[in-house]
Amino acid sequence: MNDWIDICRIDDIPVLGARRVRRPAGTDVAIFRTESDRIFALLDRCPHKGGPLSQGIVFGEHVACPLHNWAIALEDGQARAPDVGCATRFSVRVEGGVVSLSAGELATLAIDGDALVGADPATARRMTAMVVSEEEDVSSCAQSQDPPRPKTIPIVAA
Amino acid sequence: MKKLKLVMIGNGMAGVRTLEELIKIAPDLYDITVFGAEPHPNYNRILLSPVLAGEQTIAQIVLNPLAWYEDNGITLHLGKTVTRIDRVRRVVHAADGTQAPYDRLLIATGSTPFMLPVPGKELAGVIGYRDIADTEAMIDAATKYRHAVVIGGGLLGLEAANGLMLRGMKVTVVHIAPWLMERQLDDVAGNLLRQSLVDRGLDFLIGAQTEALLGDGPDGATGRVKAVRFKDGHEVPADLVVMAAGIRPNTALAESAGLHVQRGIVVTDTLQTVTDARVWAVGECAAHRGTAYGLVAPLFEQAKVCATHLAEFGIGRYLGSQVSTKLKVTGIDLFSAGDFMGGEGCDSIVLSDPQGGVYKKLVIKDDKLVGACLYGDTVDGSWYFKLLREGRSVSDIRDRLMFGESSLGDAGHQGQNKAAAMADADEVCGCNGVTKGTICKAIKDKGLFTLDDVRKHTKASASCGSCTGLVEQIIMATAGGDYSSAPRKKAMCGCTEHSHQDVREAIRKLKLLTIADTQRALSWRTPNGCSSCRPALNYYLISTWPKEARDDPQSRYINERSHANIQKDGTYSVIPRMWGGETTAAELRRIADVVDKYKIPTVKVTGGQRIDLLGVRKEDLVDVWKDIGMPSGHAYAKALRTVKTCVGSEWCRFGTQDSTQMGKDLERSLWRMYAPHKVKLAVSGCPRNCAESGIKDVGIIGVDSGWELYVGGNGGIKTEAGQFFCKVRTSGEVMEVSGAFLQLYREEGWYLERTVHWIARVGLDSIKQRVLDDVANRKALWERLQFALDGEPDPWFEHDKASVDTRQFIPLVPV
Repeated sequence: MNDWIDICRIDDIPVLGARRVRRPAGTDVAIFRTESDRIFALLDRCPHKGGPLSQGIVFGEHVACPLHNWAIALEDGQARAPDVGCATRFSVRVEGGVVSLSAGELATLAIDGDALVGADPATARRMTAMVVSEEEDVSSCAQSQDPPRPKTIPIVAA
Repeated sequence: MKKLKLVMIGNGMAGVRTLEELIKIAPDLYDITVFGAEPHPNYNRILLSPVLAGEQTIAQIVLNPLAWYEDNGITLHLGKTVTRIDRVRRVVHAADGTQAPYDRLLIATGSTPFMLPVPGKELAGVIGYRDIADTEAMIDAATKYRHAVVIGGGLLGLEAANGLMLRGMKVTVVHIAPWLMERQLDDVAGNLLRQSLVDRGLDFLIGAQTEALLGDGPDGATGRVKAVRFKDGHEVPADLVVMAAGIRPNTALAESAGLHVQRGIVVTDTLQTVTDARVWAVGECAAHRGTAYGLVAPLFEQAKVCATHLAEFGIGRYLGSQVSTKLKVTGIDLFSAGDFMGGEGCDSIVLSDPQGGVYKKLVIKDDKLVGACLYGDTVDGSWYFKLLREGRSVSDIRDRLMFGESSLGDAGHQGQNKAAAMADADEVCGCNGVTKGTICKAIKDKGLFTLDDVRKHTKASASCGSCTGLVEQIIMATAGGDYSSAPRKKAMCGCTEHSHQDVREAIRKLKLLTIADTQRALSWRTPNGCSSCRPALNYYLISTWPKEARDDPQSRYINERSHANIQKDGTYSVIPRMWGGETTAAELRRIADVVDKYKIPTVKVTGGQRIDLLGVRKEDLVDVWKDIGMPSGHAYAKALRTVKTCVGSEWCRFGTQDSTQMGKDLERSLWRMYAPHKVKLAVSGCPRNCAESGIKDVGIIGVDSGWELYVGGNGGIKTEAGQFFCKVRTSGEVMEVSGAFLQLYREEGWYLERTVHWIARVGLDSIKQRVLDDVANRKALWERLQFALDGEPDPWFEHDKASVDTRQFIPLVPV
């Protein structure tokens, strides 16, 4: 993959915290930083009821969704059992302290669910209702990961 | 790497649960071999009674089908009884000659029925009641014979008798004690139980002593049993005799292998035998600190601890369990816990309604609940059990104790208190929309046993908890009798074995100042905690060491990190502070302008006399705060929220005191005060109490001669009326007493514990003593609070000082 696009420096993300990455279309992407400076990126939408994962508490290599406390694994986006669901995962590159995401993925992955935060709030609320009512969220991961992509390569910051 | 060999003797619930836990955490550590004496895979022994009664089939009660053993690569020897353990060569030998070498050995041989040592106990038709074979023998006998005698009127005996009766036999229960289930019930409840079973058609011989079982052979001592003879010479016909006079830990094998046995195989807190470090024991055969447990929940706790040690994680210790008994003899609800008989130095509170089939007895000693025995209505059993376990003083709730926790203010399940009366489609948990049918299905499909399991899988009772009693009833009816037990000490979360109290004390004693230090000092199991312990630790640190411990925003829940309330669509709400609920035209104009400028979709008046702006985008928050120009209302925080007031003597023709001014003064001196949970105050100017002071953490009511203070009120999930605290004359005293009370709560409360629960835990008398009686202490508390609040920043304006990371408000945009 050679379409990396720079997002920020690793220090722009709080340790055990996250930042939101805005996209021209589609829901934001959340980028997370663990205590050991590993960086992960997931769609900023909990598979449960669409909560913005970027706002959750990061612990170990998990984030707790701010709405109902589902624990989502940062590595693969999977909800911790017995909850079932998966947040779409984005590839991350960290080189020389700079965090990059794939332009291709940003432009194409999980574009269907429109941005909730940032849209006109009234529309956003209507859309939340739609997302929750369609029970497509559990499988969205499998769909969006087709075709298969190379595994995330987290590189510790210099 | 060559795998270690683990051999398990016994194929029952505790042992197999240990394997399940082990496989979950260390799937590849062992080659596992299991010996089971019965020809069946692991099944739910508690549900044998419904099988006997014809309500379930054997296939339905299987917990781990053969495929499970196969899928996990477990070598299973069914129908093979292990007869010898060679601890020197580390090999077990079964009766049929099968051998299995081990590196580690797990003994889970359970227990065996106690057979009365009377002549004739070897006759055909005389059985214990323990396993599938016994159950099948009973079912078979019921098709061929007429008369059954059950020896033992405990739970097992009554269930056997009930099942045999339902299968058409004429059943007599012989019980040597003066009333049924004497180890769980007092005489009144025992006799109520007997009466209702007599009404169903069972016969009882109470106090009868069995002398011999008579056979149908020519000498009366061989063949099949035909009668039971008692000490008084009286005989009753019996074609089937079921011995249900108790169980004994099955330790013969362990004893012959030279393991120390006393009331069971003696094990340590890690379930390792004290004799041989390679040998472990769990379940009914194990004696932990002198107790062999017979209920499922403690055995599963043992299983969990044992598995972590077998997995070489070496974490967790089993510290014993307190157990209560909740029993179901089809259609009769019983609960008992603790010292339900009472006696010297005990008082009993009794409610007896024989006509309605309800009897409740609560035993109190030294102002503490020490025992409970409930018949016919057990919905409050778990609450009584909790009070009993916590050993807290009940003097303040003594008058209400009998009427249960749900007597007042519970919401969300239509006031139901009997799960059996609910239809599958009825909602049990109003918070999470979980119906009875969903819970039953999850219990059956996923093999759940404990309240925790059910909460995790279905979310029922996982939010407000007011339907816990109902959920427990459903578990009991669906999974079998005995889920209810609790660890002696409740750990803060899965990251530690320490309780909230332990952690608070350690932080104070060791002067810990950071989350990392605390986790290190207390040997946290996880590298940086979880979303439940980190916010608690952060609060404990900053409340214990104000001005020294540094607030960690990444350990705060999002609302406290962004200083606004997250909404379901990811937007936020903003509630500016209005001192005492008073506002001005200028403030309202600014709010109106902000609503227009930022296109805020909803403006709502809150219950705390303020204005809520809903649907604010995160990136607008800082500008919205700035444009409104009013202080943070902390409506998002575990902190002082509002001080609600009525207009008071300034305007009201009934007002006796200036409640608005009192409220404003209180709010100005207490705002920015973080606490274990949210804190709400109210001040009313007269006893008409228009500010609703009766349901606030601190409620103040003006009377002609001064002010009355009430504490621990709560208008939430469960309405709690505040309790009278004291009466004072001046507004200065109101301030000092309220502040001291809240500071004590801040120093002692467990995270997420409201004042009402803190008071319930430590006792109102103890708080009164330290805040009211001890004047010096009150002043010291009040000073500590003022010290903590002095110079605290307003997070909406002083971002740096309040550790607000403003980067969160700005989304990153790819370049």
